[in-house]
Amino acid sequence: MIALRSETLSIQSSADVVLVRQAVRQLAIELGFSLVEQTKIVTAASELARNTLDYGKGGTVQLEGLQEERRKGLRLTFIDQGPGIPDIELALKDGYTTGNGLGMGLSGAKRLVSEFKIDSTVGLGTCITATKWK
Amino acid sequence: MERIPILQMGDFLLVTIQVDMHDRLAMTLQDDLTNRICQANARGVLIDISALEIVDSFIGRILGNIAKMAKVLDAQTVVVGMQPAVAITLVELGLSLEGIRTALNVEKGMNLLRTGFDPQSAPHLFPRG
Repeated sequence: MIALRSETLSIQSSADVVLVRQAVRQLAIELGFSLVEQTKIVTAASELARNTLDYGKGGTVQLEGLQEERRKGLRLTFIDQGPGIPDIELALKDGYTTGNGLGMGLSGAKRLVSEFKIDSTVGLGTCITATKWK
Repeated sequence: MERIPILQMGDFLLVTIQVDMHDRLAMTLQDDLTNRICQANARGVLIDISALEIVDSFIGRILGNIAKMAKVLDAQTVVVGMQPAVAITLVELGLSLEGIRTALNVEKGMNLLRTGFDPQSAPHLFPRG
């Protein structure tokens, strides 16, 4: 797998969430994703960026354009040094929330991408990787 | 402070969201609309989202809240102009926008508001048989 291009953005405010959406849209267009695929990855990025902001107390996202044999992909890696997720399985349940959202953010984002992985250590932080293949 | 304009047309309030909304802006719209419904004695609210490139769970929640608050204030809400790609994504995300009335475009949405969502009062809009 080759990384075609990579950039890292900071997520410290709700305006940054908008910037993340725009950067992901731009990269998805460059990689040749269809409009529906673009919309799915941008929506997933929006959910995960908000998660990083609200629950992780801010962090960063790395955007990567990938090439693996003949397929192209877009990988998003969200990292925060927040409180961590004690029960990942529970956090991924539809409708479960510890905040004031609908509880669809993590579970919904997972459905919108091809690969999804959460690594979290309580007290240290969370790393969420979401990849969409074309 | 940045705000989304709310237009009044007779008994109705019209909102066209033309920017990529950050969360605070969406919250402000929710508060502004609720206040304007009271001030303007509005019977209906039409929200045009045709320029929105995504609707995520937060924006979905705000739209739902607006519809609920409007209902408590005796006003109907209709959301119009959702892009097909947004609709596909919303369903996959797991949001059904329950309790929110939608229409394909502004014209159909206005007709819904004018007839109070009652097909009987506007038979020409809903031909049967």
